[in-house]
Amino acid sequence: MTREQKSLWLHAAVVLVLGALYFVLPEYHAGNLARIMVLAVYAMGYNLLFGYTGLLSLGHAMFFAAGMYGFGLAVNHGGLPAGAAVLIGIAATLVVSVVVGFLALRTRDVAFMIVMLMFAQTGYLIILYFGEFTRGDEGFVVQQAQRGLFGFDLSAQGIRYWAALILFSACLLGIAKGVNSRFGKALVAVRENEERARMLGYDTHRLKFLAVVLSGVLSGAAGAAYGLLFGYIGSTFATVQYSIFPLLWVLLGGAGTTLGPFVGVLFMFYLIDLSSFLTDAYMFIAGIALLLLTMFAPKGIVGQIRASRVPWLP
Amino acid sequence: MNILETRALTKSFGGIKANTNIDFALEQGRTMALIGPNGAGKSTFVGMLSGRIPATSGQVFFKGKDISHLPAHRRIALGIAYTFQITSVFSNLDVRENVALAARRDRTKSEDEVAERVAGVLARVGLSDRMEQLAGGLSYGHQRVLEIAMGLVQEPELLILDEPTQGLAESEVTEFVDLINGLQGRPTILLIEHNMDVVMRTAEMITVLNFGEILASGTPQEVHDNAAVQAAYLGTTTNAES
Repeated sequence: MTREQKSLWLHAAVVLVLGALYFVLPEYHAGNLARIMVLAVYAMGYNLLFGYTGLLSLGHAMFFAAGMYGFGLAVNHGGLPAGAAVLIGIAATLVVSVVVGFLALRTRDVAFMIVMLMFAQTGYLIILYFGEFTRGDEGFVVQQAQRGLFGFDLSAQGIRYWAALILFSACLLGIAKGVNSRFGKALVAVRENEERARMLGYDTHRLKFLAVVLSGVLSGAAGAAYGLLFGYIGSTFATVQYSIFPLLWVLLGGAGTTLGPFVGVLFMFYLIDLSSFLTDAYMFIAGIALLLLTMFAPKGIVGQIRASRVPWLP
Repeated sequence: MNILETRALTKSFGGIKANTNIDFALEQGRTMALIGPNGAGKSTFVGMLSGRIPATSGQVFFKGKDISHLPAHRRIALGIAYTFQITSVFSNLDVRENVALAARRDRTKSEDEVAERVAGVLARVGLSDRMEQLAGGLSYGHQRVLEIAMGLVQEPELLILDEPTQGLAESEVTEFVDLINGLQGRPTILLIEHNMDVVMRTAEMITVLNFGEILASGTPQEVHDNAAVQAAYLGTTTNAES
C-alpha cells in the first residue's frame, strides 16, 4: 500500500470509529465529543498555519470569534435562517483574514506573533464596545427555534453529534488531501526554509497569505458551527485564552500532522474534565501533565508516534 | 547572444559601495567563472542577479528582457537557478522531496514527470541510494551535491553556483568538476569560485572582480596574462615578471 492509500484508510477509519462511538458512548461523553470535534476543526485551521506553514499566530481567537459573531448577529439581529447565517459567519472571517493577513504578513517571526495578538485584542475590544448588539461580556443565546438547518434541529443531542462529525470529517479529509497536494508541500517548504523556497521560484509571500486566509476561514467555520450547535455566543471566545488554546492543542497533539489537532483537543479536554473530578486545583494537574508531555514528547502525541514508530503517519 | 547582461549595476550598504557600475555580459551556453579576493563583491553581485539582494541602481537583463524590478521568485521562474554559498537545503525533508520541490516549480509537469526527473538528476549526481535519507543527515559534501541537484532539476537556462566546492574534499572537488564538464553546452553557468584549479578546469570565460568593480574579463589565458589581475589576485606582481 502506498503512503497515500494508508493515509486515506487511516482517516476513513477515524471517521468510522467516531461514528460508531455515538452508539456506544453515554450521553455525557457523546456531548463532549461533539464539542471536541468542532474545536478540533478550529485546531486543524490553526495547524494549517502553525504546523504546516510555520507561522505562529497568537491571534486566532479573532477568526473563531468572527465566524461565531458573524453567525450569531446575523441570526439574532438580521433574522436570517441558520444556513445563511453560517455563510455570513464564514464570509466575515474571510474578510477579517484577508485584511489581517495582508497587514500582518508585512512582519515576521516574533513581530508577526505580536501583531496577530494585537489584532485579536482589537477584535475583542470591538465586541465589548458594541455591547448594545453583542451583549458584551455576557454574550447571548441563540434560541432553539433559530438553530434549524435543512429541517434538522441542531440543538438536539443526536443531530448535533452527526453535524459535528460531518463538519469534522469534511475538514479532516480535505486537509489530508490538501497537505499532500503541491500546495501543501509548498507550504511545508516555506516552513522548513523560506529563503530556499523563494530561491526555488516559489512566491512565498503569496503562499503565506493563502495559508493565513485558509487557516482563518477554517477557524471561522468552527466558530460559526460552535455557535450553531451549542447556541451560545460569548466574548470569552475572543479572548487571548482562545488564541492560546489552539496553539496548545496543536503542540500537544502534534504540529504538522493531520490527526494531531484532534488528538490534542481530545487529550486536553479530558485532562481537564477528569482532573476536575479529583480536585478543585484541576489546572494544577493539567499543568503538570502538559509539562511532562512537553518534556518527553516535544513533537506532540501523534508527532512522537510518527517519529519513533510509524514514519508514514500523515 | 548574451543571456545575461548588467548595466551600471551598483549596490551600496550605507556609504560603502559593494558593487560599483558593473557592466557585465554572459554569452549563452558559456561557463563563466567569477573570481576575486574575499570582499570583492562577488556574492553581492550574484545576489543582485538572482534578486536576493535589491540593487541600489542599475539594470539586469535576462535574455534581453529587463528583470531589474522582478522579485527573486519571478526571476527564478524565468529560468535562473541559484545554489547557495552556505548550504541551504530542507534539512527535515528527505533528499527526494528536496529535489522534487525544486522540480515542481514548473507547474506544467505532472507528479509522475517530476518523480522521473528527480530520479534522473539524483542518478546523475550519484545520490540515488540516499533518496529516502533526510537531507540534514547527509554529509556536508553530499549536501553540496544535493544543492547542485536542486539547481539542475529545474533545467535552468542559467545556473548560478555560489562557491560550490567550498569545504569539499579533494575527491569531491574532482567529482564536481566532472559533473560540470559533463553538463557543458546545456545550461549557461555562472560559477563563483575560489579554487583556481576548479576555475581553470571548468570555465571558458573568467571575470575578475576587485573592490566591487570589474578588473578584467576574458578567456582564462587572457585573464591570466592580465597585469592588473596578477597584481591584485594571482599573487605574482608585475615587477617580478618584468
